[in-house]
Amino acid sequence: MSTRQAHSDAARIDPHSKTRTTGHEWDGIEELDTPLPRWWVITFYATILWSIGYFIAYPALPTLSGGTQGLIGWHSRASVARDMEQLSEIRGPVLERLANAPLEEIEARPQLLSAVRALGAAAFANNCAGCHGAGAQGAKGYPNLNDDDWLWGGKLADIRRTIEHGVRWDADKETRSETMPAFGRDGMLDAKQISIVADQLRAMAKLPGGKASAQGAKLFDDNCSVCHGVDGKGNHDMGAPNLTDALWLFGSDKETIASRIANGGGGVMPAWKDRLDEPTIKALTIYVHTLGGGE
Amino acid sequence: MTSADMGKAKSSSLYAPRKAIYPKEVEGEFRRIKWGLLAFTLSVYYLLPFVRWDRGPSAPSQAVLVDFPHRRFYFFFIEIWPQEVYYLTGLLILAALVLFLMNALAGRVWCGYLCPQTVWTDLYLAAERWIEGDARERARKDAGPRSTKIWREKIAKHALWLAIAWWTGGAWVLYFADAPTLVYKLATFQPGISEAYIWIGILTFTTYMLAGHMREQVCLYMCPWPRIQAALTDEYALNVTYRYDRGEPRMSLKQASALRLAGAPAGDCVDCGQCVAVCPTGVDIRKGASLGCVQCGLCIDACDAVMAKIGRSARLIAYDTQMNCERRGKGEAPVYKPLRARTIIYAALILAIGALMTLRLATREDAALSVLHDRNPLAVTLKDGSIRNAYTIRFANMSAEPRRFLLETSGVEDAEVEIVGVEPDAEGRMIVGVGADQTRETRVLVTWRGARRAKGQTPILFTSKELESDASVTMRDVFVTP
Repeated sequence: MSTRQAHSDAARIDPHSKTRTTGHEWDGIEELDTPLPRWWVITFYATILWSIGYFIAYPALPTLSGGTQGLIGWHSRASVARDMEQLSEIRGPVLERLANAPLEEIEARPQLLSAVRALGAAAFANNCAGCHGAGAQGAKGYPNLNDDDWLWGGKLADIRRTIEHGVRWDADKETRSETMPAFGRDGMLDAKQISIVADQLRAMAKLPGGKASAQGAKLFDDNCSVCHGVDGKGNHDMGAPNLTDALWLFGSDKETIASRIANGGGGVMPAWKDRLDEPTIKALTIYVHTLGGGE
Repeated sequence: MTSADMGKAKSSSLYAPRKAIYPKEVEGEFRRIKWGLLAFTLSVYYLLPFVRWDRGPSAPSQAVLVDFPHRRFYFFFIEIWPQEVYYLTGLLILAALVLFLMNALAGRVWCGYLCPQTVWTDLYLAAERWIEGDARERARKDAGPRSTKIWREKIAKHALWLAIAWWTGGAWVLYFADAPTLVYKLATFQPGISEAYIWIGILTFTTYMLAGHMREQVCLYMCPWPRIQAALTDEYALNVTYRYDRGEPRMSLKQASALRLAGAPAGDCVDCGQCVAVCPTGVDIRKGASLGCVQCGLCIDACDAVMAKIGRSARLIAYDTQMNCERRGKGEAPVYKPLRARTIIYAALILAIGALMTLRLATREDAALSVLHDRNPLAVTLKDGSIRNAYTIRFANMSAEPRRFLLETSGVEDAEVEIVGVEPDAEGRMIVGVGADQTRETRVLVTWRGARRAKGQTPILFTSKELESDASVTMRDVFVTP
């Protein structure tokens, strides 16, 4: 006990306020034992009673086999389900208009477009942002959906097909399945040849330090032009990237390009047909198309 | 108190019950002012939702309306959109300053005359007096045994209180929907307005509790203003003051006349206790300034009546200053200084903010533009190496007519601008139509073609020109080059 604090035996009536003191004293300053207002105490007890009622009315106590269920039958899952129902009631008219409107016409109808873009943005954040980024800005290996470069086509129908069936997603029969061969790993080209092709590609894309050569041109014609085209401008049907533009999905330095030629392969995207409903896929298609790259 | 009590106090109870206060009825000048203000403020509150104001077909025709579903606030000729909520901030600042000024001039007149707690408590007290009788009668009834008559009166009183509370809650919800329609819906139990019933229930309960049961305890325990005002007042502020220089020493009328005859000084206060009897918060004003005094002036009326009876001059209790009591005590003349640094500063601030808001309101544009730069990505590189930035631009048409806005940009020369979903007209202009009293959000793509630009930000201006009137709004943003 502090030497400064007197013992509670010193409780007395304070002559000025006529109130009892608690007997606590610090450096001559005493604490008055002023009682609480009754309404305050009653309110305090009422909150305790309320909490007991709450415990009984709502699911509250965990038990070994789950938990108390409460008397009024309220459940957070049921509550969420009701909220979702209300939401779809609100969205109902928009969804109906969305279902009935051909994709090509939606963008010309301002009110529908803005509603559909809002729906699409929410669906994108929930389903697509994990790989493509919150603003569809993409990342290395994951396409940026804001630009005008498309592997599988940027028309409404192309975007819709990619969303529905995915890319190299084996569980879907209609998925985009074409794959870049592994020229190095499978022994079609040796390391020196790969290096020459990489230089050739960098020259075709007008990247600084690119070196075109007759051998490079021949190797390109023999191995790459089937998919990427004689001029290297790519092919949407096969998902073959345009090799002459400024945009590189995996990077444009020579090492990366050589590694892509040697190991082949490509990105994978899930098919969403069975996971998202028709209006959501439609909304996503419009949303992605209006990001700016739509063809 | 015995010495034993002084030595060792008995343990006190956990709580202190409220001491019932039976304020006595009083007549007089301040009571009349209070009746007048009560009638005025309650009329405004109950009737204002029914005042109509024609705004054309696209907006509701209720003079004062908080339209949450459409995010609009209507106040007579003023229509406030969510982005203009600073008007509300300005009003709150003005209200605070007016309260400060009132306080510097005449103490807590707000508390005594205009505070809703005071007004409704006054109304409840009037209802109570009407049914149960005045203070002494009520105290006697509460102390004695309950008779059937007393029970009947109590039930009638609470029923009347609840009816008033219910009207109060009912009027509140009318500010949030078309009043006549809502009254009809409430009266005929139409579906879809359960929220209105809930709010009426809440306000009925709070009004009944605060004005009927808690009364002065709201002022003493719940309201922060008594604490704040103590810091804002000064020795020149007019407060309801017992002029102790004239009232003390207190003595009976007989004693006082005897002393005066003998030429000795005597106080005017006869200690009749009427000032305490009429006080709605149970304060003894003669003890000086107090937290509980709401400055309603009813004690002045009570004291004046007594002074008239005993033939002394009125205003032993009056709106006066602490300073003057001291000065008169010392034989100096009282001074009144309404013009002091703080009142001048408050008044100047009120005028300045009021003028600013009026100016802002007078020059308010009925079109608005908001520009939001895409964050992620800030900029996009296209196939040919050009840089593109995307913006979300919202056009607001705050007028009662549908209008068309022409979007133009400047700052980034030769930029290609396109609006998703909007076809340029024959001259290549981009025109966005917006319905009456509506907004339209558009996605705008700005592309800088050609040679690579230096990294950094270039200021870009977006201008929305109203086609018919040529009025325009310009917003500034940046064009980012990675």
